[in-house]
This record gives sequence, C-alpha cells and structure tokens, in this order.
Amino acid sequence: MTTKVADDWRLRGQRYRLEGERCEHCGEMIFPPRDICPACKKPTKTTHTLSGRGEVYTYSTVLSAPQGFEVYAPYTVAIIKLEEGPMITAQLTDVASADIEIGMPVEMVTRRIRTQGDDGPITYGYKFRPVFLGQGAE
Amino acid sequence: MRDVAIIGTGEIPVDEHWTTGIRHLMLEAGLSAMRDANIESVDALYVGNMLSGEIVGQSHLGALAVDFMGLDNAEAFKVEAACASGSAALRVGTMAVASGLLDLVLVLGVEKMTDTSGQETSAALAGAADAEYEVSQGISFVALNALLMQRYMYDYGWKREDFANFAITAHANGANNPFAMFQRPISAEMYARSPIIATPVGLMDASPICDGAAAVVLAPAEFARALSPAPVKIKASAVGMAPLAVHDRKDPLALEAARISSRKAYAQAGIKPEDLDFFELHDAFTIMAALSLEAAGFAERGKGVQLALDNEISLKGRVPMATMGGLKARGHPVGATGIYQVVEAVMQLRGLAGANQIPGARLGMTQNIGGSGATVITHIFEAMS
Ligand SMILES: [Zn+2]
Repeated sequence: MTTKVADDWRLRGQRYRLEGERCEHCGEMIFPPRDICPACKKPTKTTHTLSGRGEVYTYSTVLSAPQGFEVYAPYTVAIIKLEEGPMITAQLTDVASADIEIGMPVEMVTRRIRTQGDDGPITYGYKFRPVFLGQGAE
Repeated sequence: MRDVAIIGTGEIPVDEHWTTGIRHLMLEAGLSAMRDANIESVDALYVGNMLSGEIVGQSHLGALAVDFMGLDNAEAFKVEAACASGSAALRVGTMAVASGLLDLVLVLGVEKMTDTSGQETSAALAGAADAEYEVSQGISFVALNALLMQRYMYDYGWKREDFANFAITAHANGANNPFAMFQRPISAEMYARSPIIATPVGLMDASPICDGAAAVVLAPAEFARALSPAPVKIKASAVGMAPLAVHDRKDPLALEAARISSRKAYAQAGIKPEDLDFFELHDAFTIMAALSLEAAGFAERGKGVQLALDNEISLKGRVPMATMGGLKARGHPVGATGIYQVVEAVMQLRGLAGANQIPGARLGMTQNIGGSGATVITHIFEAMS
C-alpha cells in the first residue's frame, strides 16, 4: 500500500488538528467529518476541533505488520475514546507495550506515521501518548 | 416472488495453487457445479471476489469467466463486499431467480491470494477496512480482530486459551474434508504455543491466506426436483450493515450487522435459532466465531466462548459450526469463502458430508462477514428431498 500525497494534503485538518464536526441539530460530536450526522442523519457542516484527550478503549501490539509498516514493528495500535465522544484508531507512542492498559488516559501528539523510501513522501499525523496526571504522578 | 433452490455445487481444494491461474480456478469450480446440476448453459454468472484487481491485476472477472467457460449467452459481472463477496454474489443470483427475470444462474466465488508476498496480500486485505482512518494508522486485518478480542477479554474476563476450542473444532472437522487446506487436527498445546501476530491474536486464532473457488447453480424451486435428485431450498437471504470502521460503531463487540442479518433471516425462514441443525459461521478469527454466536442468538453477550468451552460447537453439540473445517481449517480464500460455506451446507443437507455428517440435517445457516463486521450476509437452507 502506498500513501498518496493527495490524501495527506486533503486530510491535513484531521491528521494535524483532529478537525471534526459538531452537529448543529442534535449536538453530536463527529470525527472524521461526514457532513451527514450519523446520529440524526441531518446535514451538518460546522467544523469543531477535538481536544485530543481521551482514554484507551482497546489496543493491540502488532508483531506481523502489513506492507509499508514492516520497519516499525512491533508497534501498538489502539482505539481511543475521545472525551467528546467519538472513537479514533491511532498508534500509541512514548509508552512500553507492557505498560498499556484499557482505560488509560491519553492525549494526541503529532508524529511521523511513515516514510516511503529515501525519496518518497513522509506522512505525519496523530498518535496518542499517556497523560501523566499532575506532575509526575502515577 | 418465486422460491429459489440450489441444484448443483462444485468446489476445488483450498490450497496454494501456484500452478493454476484465477481463470482456471473459476473454470474448474464452475464447470463442476454445472455438471452436478446436469446443465450446459446458464442465463447469468455472478462472481464473488474481493482482490483480483489488487493481487492478480485482473478486473472484469465476469467477462473473463463466461469467455473461458464458453457460456456465450450468459450475462456476467463481479460482486464485491470484501470477505462477504461470495455471499453477496449469491444474494444477487437469488434475487435474479426469485424475481422471475432469470431461471438458471451460476454463482461463483473465487480468490487468488498466494501470487504475492504475505505482506502485500495483508495490505490488500486491509482495504476492507477504512483506508483513510484505520489502514493509514498501520492497522492490518489481524489487528482489527485483535482490538476486538482484547476488549472482549477485558469486558468478560476470558483468557486467550479459552478461545482454543474454536480452532481445535475447526481443525478436527477439516481433517475429514479432502477440500480443506489443513487436514490435520491440532491440540490445545499447539494452540497455546502458536506465535502471537498481534496481541492477543495468535497464528492459531487466524484463518490462512490461500486460493480457492467454489460454485453453485440456482434454479426456481418449482423446477428444481425435475432438474436435480437432491435440491436444497434457499429459505432466507438477508444482509445487515454496520459502520465501516470499528471505531465508528457505538458498541463494537455487538456485531450489530450480524444481529440484523440473522434476525431478518430467521423472520424470512419463519424459524428460531434453535431450529437449525448447524451454523456455518465466519470464523476468520476465533473472536469472530464468539461474536457471531452471540449476534445470531445462540449465546448471551460475552458467553459465546462458553459454547466452545462446553463443546457445544462440535458435530454432536447444540450448535455445530465449521462442520467441514470452517474458515480456520478449510481455509479463507476471501471472495470464495461464502460459496464454500454454501457448498458445505448443501453437502450436509444432502447427507453427503461423510464422517462429518450431522445425522438427519434438514435446516442449516451460513453467515459471511465482510471486513470486521460492516457487511454480514446470512442464508438459510432447507433440504427438499
Ligand atoms: Zn445530529
């Protein structure tokens, strides 16, 4: 699988800033933008940027990676439940896989997602890292 | 609307068919089904397939199949719904015959997955998920199932070993199926020792990458007895849908599309789950087997694994599954899988399942899952002889 430069550009609002939508009819928070609210099915166009804070709903450490991600294995993917409601799939970073737990608070950071050879495009995007509550607590 | 019956089936062994190209896989399975149905022409040919464009570089499979099978007067096209492509093609064929538009329809399922490296095939398979918001993050198909299994174990307190019987049962049944990819039993110890590919999913939780083709011939039920000594009636054909990405489902472990699809199928057939003699479910991963049993009404939420632990999924159990090896042992050539399930169900209902025969089987169900549960297609079959 090759990442296309056009995708990286088109999705920059989501990949770098977690731009979603807030339904003006029912208040549902939506990520990624759909323009049709999944809850009330009405058209929605109001951009709303998510906080990037949430908790781990589930996770898996990938040992056998698909094409394009082999060099990163092992890495940990997770589904994060964002505090505004939507869930998002992303890699976890800055944490040893043995220390990851369901329910663990995490926050979004921008990281390199993948490179494609020496000359190919470099894709940046969101990953999530543990939030250390207070200063160095936990 | 007319009732629709299956009057012939064909399959080739699931294997790594390095010496056979996709056109000959289709040809062998298709002609074998037509021989079984004792017919020489059909009105239409629908091909269930997911990855021919990505892996073989061959799109337009319908045209290729009728051309090489010499079915000059048949209309043909490919039907795609990821791993549920085979059942989606059967659904299209069933609608064509039920509506009265066509009389004889050949439905093929085919997949060629071993001409590329494992990583390439695995990347192509990931296309069943959300390319922009799952696959782009390094998600594989295995990883999606691993995310579900991890949460299931957390919510309900199961351990990885508790899933072993799904794989052990599939392999025990596959041992008696000459068309199965793996024809040898496995032990609990082999399951426990198998390497982990994405925590907590191990190799023995997952179905293999392989090649295969299977086919069935459909006809109006009113003519079926004249055409075939042992026709099987399609009692229900139902599709359920859920959001494409796992993270967009309100309750990812509910397998809502399977719940909807099963409920519709039971209503069409006028039956309850306990009326079924067997359930060919989509055990691409052990977690999918557990979630399917729950969604189809055989177990409460979180209790699907208990059915495996209690041996209720064996040939003698309350819900026999994977009766000819399932996706785990017969193999999972993705677009062909749905049709293999149907060929095996017909075998059970005709009393031709040999050592794996469920005595007196009259009513069986197949369920084929596309992606991690976005499309779920259920069919119920009844013996007519
Ligand atoms: Zn709304």
